[in-house]
Amino acid sequence: MSVLVNKDTRLVVQGITGSAGSFHTTQCMEYGTNVVAGVTPGKGGQKFQDSVPVFDTVQEAVDREGANVAAIYVPPPFAADSILEAIDAEIPLIIAITEGIPVRDMAEVKARLATSSSRLIGPNCPGIITPGECKIGIMPGYIHKPGKVGIVSRSGTLTYEAVWQITSAGHGQSTCIGIGGDPINGTSHLDAVKLFNEDPETEAIILIGEIGGTAEEEAAAFIKEHVNKPCAAFIAGRTAPPGRRMGHAGAIVSGGKGTAEAKVEALLDAGISVAETPSHMAEALFKVWNP
Amino acid sequence: MNVHEYQAKQLFADAGVAVPKGTVAQSADQFDQSLSSFSSDQSVVVKAQIHAGGRGKGTFTNGFKGGVHVVSSPAEAKDKAEAMLGNVLVTKQTGEEGKEVGTVYFTECSDIDKEFYLAILMDRATSKPVIIASTEGGVDIEEVAESSPEKITKILIDPALGIRPYQARQVAFALQLSGDSFKQCVKLVTKLYHFFWTKDCSQVEVNPLVLTPTGDVLALDAKVNFDANALFRHPDVVELRDLTEEDPKEVEASKFDLNYIALDGNVACMVNGAGLAMATMDIIKHYGGSPANFLDVGGGANEEQVENAFRILVSDDAVKAILVNIFGGIMKCDVIATGIVNAARKLEMKVPLVVRLEGTNVEQGKKILSDSGLALEPADSLADAAEKVVKLAAQS
Repeated sequence: MSVLVNKDTRLVVQGITGSAGSFHTTQCMEYGTNVVAGVTPGKGGQKFQDSVPVFDTVQEAVDREGANVAAIYVPPPFAADSILEAIDAEIPLIIAITEGIPVRDMAEVKARLATSSSRLIGPNCPGIITPGECKIGIMPGYIHKPGKVGIVSRSGTLTYEAVWQITSAGHGQSTCIGIGGDPINGTSHLDAVKLFNEDPETEAIILIGEIGGTAEEEAAAFIKEHVNKPCAAFIAGRTAPPGRRMGHAGAIVSGGKGTAEAKVEALLDAGISVAETPSHMAEALFKVWNP
Repeated sequence: MNVHEYQAKQLFADAGVAVPKGTVAQSADQFDQSLSSFSSDQSVVVKAQIHAGGRGKGTFTNGFKGGVHVVSSPAEAKDKAEAMLGNVLVTKQTGEEGKEVGTVYFTECSDIDKEFYLAILMDRATSKPVIIASTEGGVDIEEVAESSPEKITKILIDPALGIRPYQARQVAFALQLSGDSFKQCVKLVTKLYHFFWTKDCSQVEVNPLVLTPTGDVLALDAKVNFDANALFRHPDVVELRDLTEEDPKEVEASKFDLNYIALDGNVACMVNGAGLAMATMDIIKHYGGSPANFLDVGGGANEEQVENAFRILVSDDAVKAILVNIFGGIMKCDVIATGIVNAARKLEMKVPLVVRLEGTNVEQGKKILSDSGLALEPADSLADAAEKVVKLAAQS
């Protein structure tokens, strides 16, 4: 009952020996994620936590341990290179947690992705979790509960907010996908909605967006035409001043484009239940979904 | 990151992009030296250097009108420059407080046959750089896009291949140039793209790009924005940062890796995560209040950052109440609570504080707050917190 990751996931962590990489990998292992390998160039041959083999290259992790998902915690100047390495090793799913990757680097990565069979999630994202099975990223595991709501979001803590509201109401999540707050990212809102729509175990969808770009509008248009599952949404940034980047590199209203108003309008037009405040995301979903 | 027009023009010139010759003065005793390169009967354009737009139609607080003047001699240019330098220019983009002019820019006055628009930016929808060109220059391009979109040409560049000669020619054809002007345009567009890409710009805008009566093509204006994430690659660009153009509270916050944006309301907020921080501003507004700032302390904020965040929040006299909204995941609530208590004691905070904690170790966190003896208001949900803080701000 999930998309993209589950108990069969075999994770390789790039940047496993760095401070962020080692801390979050330990947390993920405690949650039950099957971490089969780590990669830090020059540290091949070591063991992480006395159990996970560390390799110099991603290709070795694939050849020796059968890794099929990569998580990236590599610092921003080197992160795009790590994504490209994972693509070349033909890893089907790559999750880039790193915040602060230059846009130019991501434009190059995106061009390479187009000619590969890999899917990228992020960068600048909390990761992905299928509750009870597999947690990849920096989200607190315990707030989640296995269930039927698929959640996709550009923001980490706002996702936790939605997850917690659903869990507190006695329900759970199929999979939560953090797609990240950068202007150029891999998986979009639309891609995630398509995955949830095709997943028989996902009964309802929450879409969390924010100002900037038109990804939410594109997802809304698809939902209007193709999705029969109940959907709720929230858009952050109604009070954000135009022309300013609100923390996330991609959260900016420029030239009158990417406003919260335009997104809310598109969502409402698609018949989606839009939450008035971030405190009412679960409530908005329960208006259209009777679990 | 933004730079001044004179800095952008210098970067253009260094990159081989044709611009009118110009000099700058940053103090009155530099005027004569800066104007010495002009002949005594030569026309000069005098431009006040601030980051905000709308300079030409702006007014100085000393009553002097206009941040851009075209005069017929260097002597007149000096008079205009004296009225500008060190004075505060108010434009539609600066807000009422205006911006002090620290630099005056003198350039040659170019004769203009035609004005064009040229820009390069990163297109989000395609994840590719896009060149935008139009025969309608010197006007607001948004309006052109609205009224006559057929006059705008967009050319997507493959990031792996870079600009190809036929694409630069497409721009020159779109601008209806011929002969030597065509060749100059192709060269300028190619060099400008190279500059955009190698310097990690998020946007380069030339409005207007001009054709002179003698057939030369040059960038009469230059607006350049750099990708903040890529500044580590460009120490030369970082040196161009003008801190006087930024809000002092934002500059202070950036020293501690805090993401702070000053707004004009009276309810301050401190939040972890950019999306939740934006949503917290929204909910303050929803319950009838007005946010004083955006502040994201990040996922792994430590006690020192929390304390500095509070210091910056209370330094804003307009602030009447503070809302702390933390969803502790990796960041544990008890650690945050300790940080809040220590900061509140050290700073002797006078304004009411509403704290909403959720997540890891939330019970310990709440206990630390209630045992502290500090006059702070706990809240159970974000909605509850927002209602309480808006009420408190209205009362004080």
